[in-house]
Parts: sequence; structure tokens; C-alpha cells
Amino acid sequence: MSGDMILFFILASLSVIFSLLVIFPRNVVHSAMALAATLFFVAVLFLTLDAPMLAILQVLVYAGAIMILFLFVIMLLNPAALEGRRIAWWTLGSLAAVALLLELVSLFFYRPSPSGQPPVAAAFGGPETLAQSLFTDFALPFEIASVLLLVAIIGAVALAKREG
Amino acid sequence: MAIGLTHYLVLGAILFSLGLYTVLTRRNAISVLMGVELILNSANINYVAFSHFSSGNVDGQIYAIFVIMLAAAEAAVGLAIVLAIFQLFHTIDVGAVETLKE
Amino acid sequence: METNLAPLLPSAEVVLTALSVLLLDLFIRKDEKGLLVWISLIGLALAGGMALFLWGSHEGAFQDSILLDDFALFFTELFLGAAAITILSSVHYVRETNIHEGEFYALVLLSTFGMILMAAANDLILFFLGLETMSIGVYILTGMWRERSQASEAAMKYFLIGAFATGFLLYGIALIYGAAGSTHLGRIASALGQTKSHGSIILSAGVFLLFVGLAFKVAAVPFHFWVPDVYDGAPTPVSAFMAVAVKAAAFAGWARIFLYQLSPLQSEWTLPLKALAILTMTVGNLLAISQSSVKRMLAYSSIAHAGYLLIALVAGGESGGQALLFYLLSYAAMTFGAFGVLIALKEGENDHEAYSDFAGLGFKRPFLGMAMSLFMLSLAGFPPLAGFTGKFYLFRSAVVAGHIDLAIIGALNSLLSVVYYLRVIVMMYMEEGGAEGKPFARAPYLYLAIAIAVLGTVYLGVLPAPALDLSRISFISLH
Repeated sequence: MSGDMILFFILASLSVIFSLLVIFPRNVVHSAMALAATLFFVAVLFLTLDAPMLAILQVLVYAGAIMILFLFVIMLLNPAALEGRRIAWWTLGSLAAVALLLELVSLFFYRPSPSGQPPVAAAFGGPETLAQSLFTDFALPFEIASVLLLVAIIGAVALAKREG
Repeated sequence: MAIGLTHYLVLGAILFSLGLYTVLTRRNAISVLMGVELILNSANINYVAFSHFSSGNVDGQIYAIFVIMLAAAEAAVGLAIVLAIFQLFHTIDVGAVETLKE
Repeated sequence: METNLAPLLPSAEVVLTALSVLLLDLFIRKDEKGLLVWISLIGLALAGGMALFLWGSHEGAFQDSILLDDFALFFTELFLGAAAITILSSVHYVRETNIHEGEFYALVLLSTFGMILMAAANDLILFFLGLETMSIGVYILTGMWRERSQASEAAMKYFLIGAFATGFLLYGIALIYGAAGSTHLGRIASALGQTKSHGSIILSAGVFLLFVGLAFKVAAVPFHFWVPDVYDGAPTPVSAFMAVAVKAAAFAGWARIFLYQLSPLQSEWTLPLKALAILTMTVGNLLAISQSSVKRMLAYSSIAHAGYLLIALVAGGESGGQALLFYLLSYAAMTFGAFGVLIALKEGENDHEAYSDFAGLGFKRPFLGMAMSLFMLSLAGFPPLAGFTGKFYLFRSAVVAGHIDLAIIGALNSLLSVVYYLRVIVMMYMEEGGAEGKPFARAPYLYLAIAIAVLGTVYLGVLPAPALDLSRISFISLH
């Protein structure tokens, strides 16, 4: 077993374990903490895929800002109301999830893995290459993303502010 | 055997299924939202892995940035809706909130 | 670098209008908010003018990720018109319900921007961003009447289901990207021709997930369960906007992606799509019969109509595309009209959405009664109204493509739907003692919106030729 492989399996199993911990605790705060941990391990996985910039963004924006938002809202609410409760058709849920999982996994094994790593330029996935791509080829989606964020801001204010 | 695309795709599929399970079985709106976050992450793993192994350009990573942006927007709006619901009903249980007739 | 910005002109104008409305909203007094309506309408008209001016051009921008063709422009005009009618019919509604006007109009405009992108996008990522801009805008619009608990509840349901569907779409796009190496529709189409078998399995899985995600958005059975609660709980003008514009935008994307770019895969999805169409029509109609609220009945009827529209997608080809576009036009006119009459019945706290509230409306408000009868007859498919012509071409396209069974099931479903549409007319003219309905003086904008819908319903039914030509030309411009 190579070092790469050990690293991958450690990270992969940690992210799966923590995402299981998102599902099962009855306390939502525990779920949120487990989700933050999952996001962090996925960020480390991004590092193994030559995506250092994305890993940083994932930690800062996702595990940082978004999860803090989740925790804030959970704290604002009455914890008693947050008791997890399962619905009667959980069997259906697990069946659907398992079926889809089997289907997807079997699908990927159809495809022989490319042997070895493809040659990757040193700067691949760094801020410079990403920025170059983002502000030239992806300038239009980038602008639309700004409109999307504007909509979200208006919405959050319009829905959550208390009437004065 | 080296770590290949398949490994990452399988991990993505597992996270996707766990997210799907969460969305289908939890009634608490915040937990459902967390399930959605898991699904978005599984898509992100796929984007980055495909970008690394097959396409050789950073497009996939750019898509992942857009997904993170989308997750932020959805979390903001979703949590605002949850707050509004809580002010009205004092619960965020998707099933307990039932004023609409069947 | 030279960049062609022409394809973005109408949508940029819409965003500009939304920003002006938002900014101006901060500086004007509460009794001057009527100004915002006018600014929104003028902005929409300007954008419509630009789209007309660009009609006939065929160009792309940003590496062809966004296209300017008659198909995109047709839908641009449809969405702009839908936004204008939504704003007209919500002027009085938002005042009665203390919804913040500035944000409301701005969000209608920004959602419209997202829809325009969906119709013009030639790249899955762009399509996806447009879809999300639209969806998030509409989630918020649904929950904006904050004193009403049903509205917040509807917003939560819609949001959770929508976010879930988004996950499917994203995961599907990721698989397609992996298999084809790009999200650009043109490049995916050319990759379709050359991929080896294992690659195309991943591609098919991606397309399947994309299919499911879009089926949620058009509310096809079995992904329809959220529709009645959401349409019922949302403010009525928003329900109309969802029923017409959101659905049309999803169908626009569906047509561009599946009927054109991915058409080599058609044999793979014809059967599931056919099953989806039959289920959607039949379940929608059967459930609509047992409703006691007209608003919920309209929600189920919108599911049934999504089923009719799916027929056109199964049929495909030129006749299917033409029928799809034409039926979307007719459906827009009659649905906006029906929801408009429903808005006119609302008085203060009381929504007056039950069948019994329509009792005697034909005598109390002759115009509303006449208009509602027209819309109901048209939705049921009576000649010579828009609904009949639209359905005729839908079923004809199915027969042309060799799906005679689909046409027969569609026709039987139309017969079934007569039961619940006629019930409204019977109530209005044979019973007494329902709601009063707003007189013209109290809701002139709303009456204007209903009058436009009446004109559209009659015109598209009696003189369908120009609109049919338009639909055909627009669909052909895809190729």
C-alpha cells in the first residue's frame, strides 16, 4: 500500500464516518459539528486532488462561514424544538439511498481507472490559474453568480427581519 | 494499485446517498438542509476529481467554486425561512407545521 | 478582447430595472410606491423592445455559452410578459397583505432574469445558475406574506424540495461533465457521438439525474407532491407566476437540452417520458376533481397541463416543438386569467377560494363571471378558445410522431377535466350567495391584467396562425 492510498482511505473513511454522525444524533448541534468536520476532511481531499485554492475556500467559506450561520440559527431557536424525529417511511428512504448507491458505485467500476497520475502543471489549482479561468472563460457565470447572491441577500432580509 | 478516479467517485456516491437518506428521513428542517449540504459536497468531490483525472483543466474546480457560492446562498435563504417559520409556529418540524389542508 | 454583449441586452435591462426599483424603494414614502410599479413595467417594456429589435439574429457570446436565437427571444418575450402580468395583478394584493412592495417587484424581476438565462443558456453551468436565480427568487416570493402562516409553510416546503432537486441536477451535471469533459451543450453533443460504451453509461446516469431534477421543476408526477401545498399557500399572484413562468422556463431548458442537443439519446428516454406524461395528466386530473378549493383545483390542473406539455416533448421534432411553444403561450393566457379572477375575489383577511365563493359571481360581477367562464372553457379545451387550439396541435404532434395512444389518453383526460372546470361555471350562474368580488374602481390594474388574459385566450383560439408560425420559427432556430 502506498502512502497516497493510506492517506486517501483515512480521509475517505473519516468523511464517511462524520457524515454518518450528521445523520444519527438527535441533537442538531452535534449534527452541525459533524457536518463541519466532514467539510473539513473533504477540503483535505481536495488537497490530494491538486486543488489547494478550493481547499482553502472550502474551509473558509463552507466549514467556516456557512456552518457558523447554521450554528447561529440553531442557537437562536429553542433547542427543545430541535429534537430529531424520524418519519414512518424511513425504510423507503434507506431503500432509495441504498439502491442509488449500488447503482452509482457499480457504474463507476465499469470504467477502468486511469493508471497513475496524469501529469499536472505545478501551478494547477492555485489561485492564479483559477483566477485566470474565472475572470476570462467564466466571466459570465461569475457575474450571474453575483446576481444570485443579491437575490439571496434580499431574500434573507425580507424573510427574517422583524417588523419594526 | 494506485488511487484513481473510481475511488473518488465512489466516495462521492456514498456521500450522495447519505445526503439523500438524511433528506428523506429527517423532519427537522435544519437537518434536511444539512442533508442537502452533503449532496452538494458529493457533487463537488466529483467535479474536482473529474477535473484532476480526466479533463486536465481547472473547469471542474471553477464549478466547485460556484457550488460553494450556491450553498452559501441556499443556506442564507433556507435559514431565513426556518427563522420565519419558528417565529410563527415555535417548531421547525416539517410534519408538525401542517396548516395546509390535505 | 472583443465581447459580444448583444445576447445579454434584454436580461441586463431587467436586472437594471430591479436594481432601480430596490434603490428607489429606500427613498420614497409609503403612499408613493405606485411609482415602483410603473418603473418595473417600463423596464420590462424596454427589455421587450430590445428583444423585438434583436429578433432574427443568430449569434453566440462567451464561447457560445449563451445564444441569441429566436427560441431564446420567444421565451424572453414570454417571461417578460408573464412578469408584467404578475406585477399588474399583484399591485392591490401586496397592499392588502402588507408585503413589502419594493422587494416584491425586484424579486419578480430578478427571477425573470434567471428564466431568460435558462432559455438562452447553451452551457449546463449557465443554465443551472439561471435556474437557481429563478428558484431562490421564487422561494422568497412564496414566503413574503409573513403574517400568513400558510405562506411561510409553503416557502419552507418549496425550498426544501427545490434544494433537493438542485442536488440531483448538480450531481447529474457533474457526471455529464466527467463523461463529456465539458458542460458546454455543443461539446456534450459531439462527445455523444464518439464516447466508448462505459463513458456513455456515466453520461446516461448524468442525463437521468438531470431529467429527475427537471421533472421536479415542471412538477411531473411522481415529483408533484409539493405543488398543491405550495401553490395554495403562496400569495395568489406568485402562484400564477409559478404555474406559468417557472414551468415555461423549465420546459424551455428541457427543449433546448433534450429535444435539440441531446436528441441522439432520444430512444433512451422516450419510454420513461411517455410514462411520465401519462401519469402526470391522469393523476393531475383525477386529484383535481375532488378538491373543494378553486386555488387547489388550479394547482392540480397545472400538474395536468404539465402532462399535456410533456406529450410535445415525447413527440419531439418540428411539430412537437411548435406545439410545445404554442401551448405554453395559450396556457399562460388562460392560467393568468383564472388566477387573476381568484385574486379579484379576495377581500381583506378572507381569501374566498372555495367553489362556494364563486356562487352568483356571474350576476354580481358580469365581467369577472364572463372572463372566468372563458378561462375555464379554454382550460377544458372547448373550441374556439386557445386551450382547444393548443391541445389540437399537441395531440396532432403525438399522432405525427406515431404515439397515437398518447393522443387518445390526452383526449380522454381533457374530457375528464371538463367535470371540474364546468363546476366553477355552474356555481357562478346557477347558485347564489358567494363572495362579492372587487369592483373595477378598487382594482383597475388587476382588471387590466384579466382583460389582457381574455384577449390572449380568445385571440390565440380564433386566429392561431400568426402565433403558430412564430412558435415554429422559434423552435426551428434551435437547429
